[in-house]
Amino acid sequence: MKGEPRELKIKVNGMLYELKVKPNVLLSDVLRKDLKLTGTKRGCLESTCGVCTVILDGKAVRSCSILALQANGHEVTTIEGLAQGNKLHPIQQAFIDHGAIECGFCIPGRVMVAKALLDENPHPTREEVRLAMQGVLCADVGYVKQIEAVEIAAEKMRGGE
Amino acid sequence: MKDFEYFAPKTVEEVLSLLSQHKEEAKIIAGGQSMLVVMRQGLLAPEYVVDIKGITALDYINYDEREGLRIGALTTHQAIEKSQLIQKHFRVLSEMERNLATIQTRNWGTIGGNLCHGDPAGDPALVLIALDAKLKLKSLSRERIVAMEGFSKDMLEVDLEPDEMLVEIQVPTPRRHTGVAHEKLMVMQGDAGIVGAAVSLTLKPGDGVCEDARVVVSNAASVPLRVKEAEKRLIGKVINDHLLTEAGEIASAEADPPSDVHASSEYRKEMVKVFVKRVALKALERAKEG
Repeated sequence: MKGEPRELKIKVNGMLYELKVKPNVLLSDVLRKDLKLTGTKRGCLESTCGVCTVILDGKAVRSCSILALQANGHEVTTIEGLAQGNKLHPIQQAFIDHGAIECGFCIPGRVMVAKALLDENPHPTREEVRLAMQGVLCADVGYVKQIEAVEIAAEKMRGGE
Repeated sequence: MKDFEYFAPKTVEEVLSLLSQHKEEAKIIAGGQSMLVVMRQGLLAPEYVVDIKGITALDYINYDEREGLRIGALTTHQAIEKSQLIQKHFRVLSEMERNLATIQTRNWGTIGGNLCHGDPAGDPALVLIALDAKLKLKSLSRERIVAMEGFSKDMLEVDLEPDEMLVEIQVPTPRRHTGVAHEKLMVMQGDAGIVGAAVSLTLKPGDGVCEDARVVVSNAASVPLRVKEAEKRLIGKVINDHLLTEAGEIASAEADPPSDVHASSEYRKEMVKVFVKRVALKALERAKEG
């Protein structure tokens, strides 16, 4: 039947969830409304700004541009899944230490893009970092410090910290 | 977004049977990177959505020198960009995918979804026309192979019957001494092109006379525009700077681009001239290399 909720099994930040979700609901809405993981932001809702970026099966994707049911059986990591207890992920820490956070709205999306990049490529060139970060728009124009922060984090992560 | 009934079939046969059952009321979603935008805008409100993203049997890249390249419709843009087979034998496809959109879109969006969306600003159609690619379409009762060139019918309209789906993209191995290139005008890398051009040139070994040419431009009409008059200007001649300028001028004259917030029609026409020449020059250099 039209609009009838369907079963969604999804692993988010290591936890398995079983939900009932209407077909026209976006992945970003399930994360924010059903799972209360509001770190993932909603921005433009038209695949432009990238602030809703999460990691799905190891790859950065826009959670506002995927139906929640399309993530059935998949594994999602959100910004809430990065810190280990009170210890922030090196990318998060580098953003703070380097003063790369201004208003903060785009930062969760940006950190997720950076994490997907560094997981796949621990030695990115400046150009590669720049290209990946282009997938998230920042209204504060803090791009340079953000790119530098990713490079600092990459170095720390390579050092095994 | 309006309500719809959702199906997530696991095989191509199941998809085809759903399409034959629901026809015009059903719409296939693959990565949905274009489709969800138009659904949210209310431009598209299907009764039934058939989600094919999970059909892994349509996610493949195969290459054989005689058979050419075969890409499954559900291969992601990122997989095409990174494929070593494609980087080695069809570098223009990898280059095109790298600039197609941001990394998030390329990670989830599929080549088949992009082609079936039928956006005249799209890059894959352009490059695949330059490469003389074919598409394999399937319905329950038949299978047909069509040229990429005629697949786009109008703005967001393609040559697909309501009960048909695109399953494979077939790209022939280019003849020797062929060079293919693609570039588009972007404000930021990964933007949709304000205009774009793809050119394929084949030279005769020895004297370097142009034996075959394909010139295609994006966002210059309601479908990807192949400019045969520009090709004719190049075929049978030793290509020089002057001929390339003329080819650009012919393409520009034939272009009837839209005016929108990104660029005026006049500016797009001017840029068609610039990009056809620029891309043809690159294709020419590549053709000379082998």
